[in-house]
Amino acid sequence: MNYAALFRSTLPETALEIAALLVLVVDLGFLRKAALQIRIAVAAFIGVAGCIAAIWAVCATEWTGFSAGSDLLLTAGGSAGVAQVAILVLTALTLLLLIDSAFTRHAGEYVSVVLMAAAGGLIISAAQDLLVIFVGLELLSLGLYVLTAFNKQSGKSAEAAIKYYLFGGMSAAFLLFGFSYLYGLSGSTSLPKVVLGSLVASANGASPLLIIALVMIAAGLGFKVAAVPFHLWAPDTYEGAPAPAAAFIASVSKVASFALLISISYAIHWWPAMLHLPPGRVTGTLIPAGAPLPHITLGFVTAWPMILMDLSVLSMVFGNLAALAQSSVRRLLAYSAIAHAGYILLGLAFFSWTNASAQAILYYSVTYGLTTIGAFGVVGVVERSTGSDKLDAFLGLHKRNPLVAAVLLVLFLSLAGIPPLVGFWAKFNLFAAVLRVSGGTLPFTLVALAIAFSAVSLYYYLQVLKRAYVMPSTDESPIRVHPVTLAVLLLIGAAVLVLGCFPALLQNWIASFYPAM
Amino acid sequence: MAWAIYISFAGALISALLPKGKPALARWWALTVTVAGLAIAVAGYAAGMGQGRQVFVDALWVPSMGIHYLLAADGISRVLVLLTGIASVAGVLFSWNIELRTNQFFAFYLALIGGVYGVFLSGDLFLLFVFYEVAIIPKYFLISIWGSTRREYGAMKLALYSFVGSAMVLIGLLAAYTTAGSHSTALVDLAHAGLPVSFQMWCFPLVFVGFAILAGMWPFHTWAPTGHVAAPTAASMLLAGVVMKLGAYGCLRVGIGLFPHGLDPWGFSFIGIGSWRDVFAWLAVIGIVYGALVALAQTDFKFVIGYSSVSHMGFVLLGLMTLNQIGVDGAVLQMFSHGVIAGLLFAIVGRIVYDRTHTRQFAELGPMHLSRRLPFAAWAFVFAGAASMGLPGFSGFVAELQVLVGAWQANPWWTIVSSIGIIVGVAYIWRALQKAFFSDALPTPHELESEQEHKFDPITWPEIAGVALLGISTLVVGLYPRVLLDSIEPAVRALLAGGAQ
Repeated sequence: MNYAALFRSTLPETALEIAALLVLVVDLGFLRKAALQIRIAVAAFIGVAGCIAAIWAVCATEWTGFSAGSDLLLTAGGSAGVAQVAILVLTALTLLLLIDSAFTRHAGEYVSVVLMAAAGGLIISAAQDLLVIFVGLELLSLGLYVLTAFNKQSGKSAEAAIKYYLFGGMSAAFLLFGFSYLYGLSGSTSLPKVVLGSLVASANGASPLLIIALVMIAAGLGFKVAAVPFHLWAPDTYEGAPAPAAAFIASVSKVASFALLISISYAIHWWPAMLHLPPGRVTGTLIPAGAPLPHITLGFVTAWPMILMDLSVLSMVFGNLAALAQSSVRRLLAYSAIAHAGYILLGLAFFSWTNASAQAILYYSVTYGLTTIGAFGVVGVVERSTGSDKLDAFLGLHKRNPLVAAVLLVLFLSLAGIPPLVGFWAKFNLFAAVLRVSGGTLPFTLVALAIAFSAVSLYYYLQVLKRAYVMPSTDESPIRVHPVTLAVLLLIGAAVLVLGCFPALLQNWIASFYPAM
Repeated sequence: MAWAIYISFAGALISALLPKGKPALARWWALTVTVAGLAIAVAGYAAGMGQGRQVFVDALWVPSMGIHYLLAADGISRVLVLLTGIASVAGVLFSWNIELRTNQFFAFYLALIGGVYGVFLSGDLFLLFVFYEVAIIPKYFLISIWGSTRREYGAMKLALYSFVGSAMVLIGLLAAYTTAGSHSTALVDLAHAGLPVSFQMWCFPLVFVGFAILAGMWPFHTWAPTGHVAAPTAASMLLAGVVMKLGAYGCLRVGIGLFPHGLDPWGFSFIGIGSWRDVFAWLAVIGIVYGALVALAQTDFKFVIGYSSVSHMGFVLLGLMTLNQIGVDGAVLQMFSHGVIAGLLFAIVGRIVYDRTHTRQFAELGPMHLSRRLPFAAWAFVFAGAASMGLPGFSGFVAELQVLVGAWQANPWWTIVSSIGIIVGVAYIWRALQKAFFSDALPTPHELESEQEHKFDPITWPEIAGVALLGISTLVVGLYPRVLLDSIEPAVRALLAGGAQ
């Protein structure tokens, strides 16, 4: 164990933790008497500075990763690098949204919890070892439970946090249970060795033990990405959590969890690729040189995509249909998040060990995270002036604040996948990647299903936009927005539009993290 | 010609930023932008005469997927760009009286126009699709904010039908893209990618139906009458005039251009139908007759025009399915012709009549004696109605004649059945003309008195200018169809000979 190497490869996490401690010291030590506005501004500023320092650390370190002995614990660069930079940028944006809000008097604690949770996100994006994965996940999740409960005046916030915590605790137990089976099967906690070990252990077809382990793990990770049927926490949490916290849960936590799923998928597809088997759902027979010939069914490679595919279909169908019936915009966003998770899971189910799939999935989750932060920012603005997040609270928004309404228009149309906004390219990349992996009937049917349901989704996004632009409102008093919030919202709206018009910008940026193939 | 797209989108952005309280400014701005668009279209058309396909811009847009930002025009595109220019200027002229959120109205209007120009000029499959979808959202807002009868219902129905159609198209395009395995999505490259016949067999109907939904193909036409009726005048003019053409253009350029073998016979036949070509041709014929018959039974003036659009668009789709030179020529000419004539009809009904009488019911219009009180409207409608019936001398005559001749060459039954639609077409125009303008009942003294009290607003110059623009367009093409056909014929020949250009 080389502690200098460990320090070097966890420099971004360290930067975040230092910033978290600094926020606490400054807020509780020097600013106890200062006005709340100033304390929030200072805390958010230090938090953003910490994120920027961490981004610099991610980009500046040479991409070597960190190994203990022969086992790689933390990877660097590639998908992990993209996800880490994205997590930090999205965290900084959610911190800026805090400046305008007044749900808590504990600004320092809030920011430091956000930063620590983000550090957890950084760890799971890079983790290559079951134990590191679990530690990172818990660091992230515990932070999220606290953030959900941060509005102490609101009963809903507390209720949401309790639900989230109970479901989260349960799913962590499932995950750990699954990990322990995998360890039992393979005798290792390092992802590549686990996969190889399970391959060998399930040489005569996927053993029931492996299937149980995979289902347990899918339950644990399905909870993180809010995939049906592990989604029950999402609507309540999105509804009850303070707006900046909800934005953090909906964006940063999603990006990190999908980065983790990408690492797992890479590990699974690495061995078949090394053995020159076609990626995707395959059942093959390996014949090593020399007799006797063992018959090996690649259980891992078959079972895992199948589980993801089931989750994906359930999430797409249920998320989109349930969103149709919502009257609260936050719950609507929660169900739409479930649907989006379904699309991304489809990309993971038909994964290719070349970087195309990983890049498409990251493109999707990053742009989705960005859009959702903006959406929650707008919801927060509307809530502060009307006290409600019901659809009718958005009535006449185009008169009350044209700029915020315009941002809402751009973001929701992007979520619905209307070109030339970035959400369209995200969907397009993802589905094209799925079809490129495998041209059979099954992936094609699933992609057709996904596209059909994204047509359904336009209906509920238009319900919100209809309130904002079309229907007459009784209250036409202008809504005031804090300049920083407005600047963040406009920045996100402009980014969604510009990245949509020039989709290659983000693609090239993502591709730049991968070593040239 | 690419500038027509840019100035429309830039015009939309500037219009959205114009100060709120000055509707006149927004109007003149919109008129300036659309006239500039028309000027570009005319200049581009004149410059392109006798030339084949011109490429304006070709840049790599998304290198990793081989998507090009490729703007190009052949004879078909140039005709439809010209139509868009004419329809957009007329639409602004007929929305001169919009006072509610004028700058936003013209912002959405110009964004829609920009998307339409984009579709007609796209030479890349995905660029075409992007512009196609860009056009959906402004339509929704134009109808739901500034519309009339059941506007929110009509707008949502239109948006969802369009989006379902484009979802089908997207599925087909993704499939074609991955199957072709080429690293370019330019229409030319995809057409030469040699897609397998079995693939074309199922992908063609998917893409064709996806586009044909927007072209108002029976039985997916139901968005059209409700959408047209709910829309404000300018939006119904654009919907019928150019947006339905987007669908038909997609059917031609993408459906027939990329998947020509999708029209091959199946190898078996069921009640005389042996290929997708037969299926869609019969659906088109049913649309022609059904649209005309339903138009005959309407009591709302605007619904008559709405269903007549379904009927006339049936001719376009029938013309496409003939797959012979004269039939497809006729289809493209009919796109232009119907765009101009339907625009004129909607303008008369929606703007000149409805904005003064505030009713569209024949029962209420009859006693108003509009032929005496609004002679301009009455005679403009006589003119437009004659054009719509397809009388010689108007553009509709040449176009429908060519389609019918082409259909006769392909399958005489198509011509025989659709001619019923033409006869009914005369009937419903005649009926509308009589019920709305020339009712027999003599005015009672009481009615004369109230007429004196409630004089209608006089006809304004933008209305006269708009009617003149559209009327002259249909007359010129009717009297001298070569002006468009010279451009259409070589492009259609090339398209039928070698797949997409």
